[in-house]
Amino acid sequence: MSAFMVPPQTLAQKLIARAAGRSHVAVGELVTCQVDLAMFHDSSGPRRLKPMLDELGAEIWDKNKVVLVLDHYVPAQDRDAQQIVQMARDTARQWKLPHVIDSEGICHVVLPERGHLRPGMFCVGGDSHSPTGGAFGCYMFGIGATEMLGVCVTGQIWVQVPRTLRMHWSGHLQAGVSAKDMMLHMIGRFGMNGGNYQAIEFSGTTVQSLSMAERMTLSNMSAEMGAQAGLIAADATTLNHLQSIGMSPEKLTGSEQWFTDEDADFEHHSFDATRLSPQVAAPHSPANTQDVACFSAVKPTIAYIGACTGAKLEDLRAAATVLKGRRVAGGVQLMVAPASAREQAQAAKEGVLQILQDAGATVLPNSCGACAGYGSTFPDGATVISSTARNFKGRMGAASVNVYLASPYTVAASALRGYISDARELLA
Amino acid sequence: MNPSGFKNARVWCVGADVDTDALAPGAYMKHGLEVIGQHCLEAVRADFASGVRKGDVLVAGANFGIGSSREQAAGVLRHLGLAAVIAPSYSGLFFRNAFNLGLLLLTCPEAAQMTEAEPVGLQFEGDIPQVVRANGQRLACSPIPDFLMDMVEAGGLLPLLKKGKSA
Repeated sequence: MSAFMVPPQTLAQKLIARAAGRSHVAVGELVTCQVDLAMFHDSSGPRRLKPMLDELGAEIWDKNKVVLVLDHYVPAQDRDAQQIVQMARDTARQWKLPHVIDSEGICHVVLPERGHLRPGMFCVGGDSHSPTGGAFGCYMFGIGATEMLGVCVTGQIWVQVPRTLRMHWSGHLQAGVSAKDMMLHMIGRFGMNGGNYQAIEFSGTTVQSLSMAERMTLSNMSAEMGAQAGLIAADATTLNHLQSIGMSPEKLTGSEQWFTDEDADFEHHSFDATRLSPQVAAPHSPANTQDVACFSAVKPTIAYIGACTGAKLEDLRAAATVLKGRRVAGGVQLMVAPASAREQAQAAKEGVLQILQDAGATVLPNSCGACAGYGSTFPDGATVISSTARNFKGRMGAASVNVYLASPYTVAASALRGYISDARELLA
Repeated sequence: MNPSGFKNARVWCVGADVDTDALAPGAYMKHGLEVIGQHCLEAVRADFASGVRKGDVLVAGANFGIGSSREQAAGVLRHLGLAAVIAPSYSGLFFRNAFNLGLLLLTCPEAAQMTEAEPVGLQFEGDIPQVVRANGQRLACSPIPDFLMDMVEAGGLLPLLKKGKSA
């Protein structure tokens, strides 16, 4: 092949090739990429990185390309947590980090909210839900603290160029069915490691008609399918959104080049959105998924709307459409932990927060909360319906806690009726 | 012999889909590996943390290490002294973390052949790692790229970065 001929490439290949300084890359190839942005939080960040950086006598390669988010141990619930948070704050000052987001929301939501992500970037995050950035046309994936140390020192990281699994959705979702249901359905079909650390790309008219928040839910839970990245090609929705949060058109120049060539080699899977029912994943795996109708005998004691996956503004709005003018059933505790302070403020402005509170919701801080299982969790024996991403045994409390995963619509409908319910019946 | 080979490693068996929250439970994540180690796998098999000895191996089903990016899930196994984990497949994120911390992962399609407490060894036939069972049976594993073997030899990425700095 002549040097001037570039073979057809997937979106994943194009993003990696750019970061590797190459015209194209082949699936399976090991390449070293230049990192455009590294995000870490209070748990994976300073408390792990600082001792290692000090040991090496090294410094962060480019502080402008680093974002620290305090979201896992805030608000601190005991002395240990307080020390972890304090260390993160002290270190941020000592390192003079220009981008620190402290107790204002969950990393995967505040990162794009503050305009740190745009199409074409190659990013890493010290958290497994980092594929969320794929919704903005970035190649973004999660890494551990030691690998983050490598990035901090060198500004580089290796990847094996992934195959692309294209998840192609056509048709309109019914009212009360959402991106979360699409994702639970796909995880149920392919399994917790069905993504095999390759790249997933979401496409089709259904995906194109989704808002950025809903797209983020798809990319976010690519982690639960074991994919390295969960990509969505930038389109008018992406660019309009980024301009609406203040990104200059110059910064978005060239965004249209980040798409999969139709003649590229990828694995294709088709789905019909029209026929999708609300999905629920039973304990203790996100892949343990069936239609909501299979679970009407389950009576939750707690209904939880939280996490990067399921407490964005749009998720709160979804719950409010179900709960407006109603109150949750006796014996059900409804908890809402909005994913960011800005989104909570907007929800308050729109009256969404009031609807949820009038329905009986307790509003919790803008942090990872019970989802991470690092601080307060659910009481022994609780039955929980949750808009979060993972229901592993023992993650959100004792091994006796049973967590059912569902969309914010389904969580709200179930809280209202006192048993796991189909929101479509309430919205009709 | 490749320095990463071993002999007479005692097998601990666990099932498929062992997640990071089972390896490093969230409630103990604010502590160091000493404390996390006492609770490693307690939701899966309660006798592991107290019974595991240096040089043992953990034999698991498919999709080992799914879930979180918390590298303590891999770090704790190295802290407890495991010579290797042997499983048919791993979470990709866990796989990277393990090698970055110097923990050897063997990708072995036939891992389920091994039985609880049996002594196994590891030899290299060219670049193919082979698990050698007590009955002489050899279970082939996927080759491991040189740069990842170097990380295991060095004890992880941090010692490698240190070496690179002094070189």
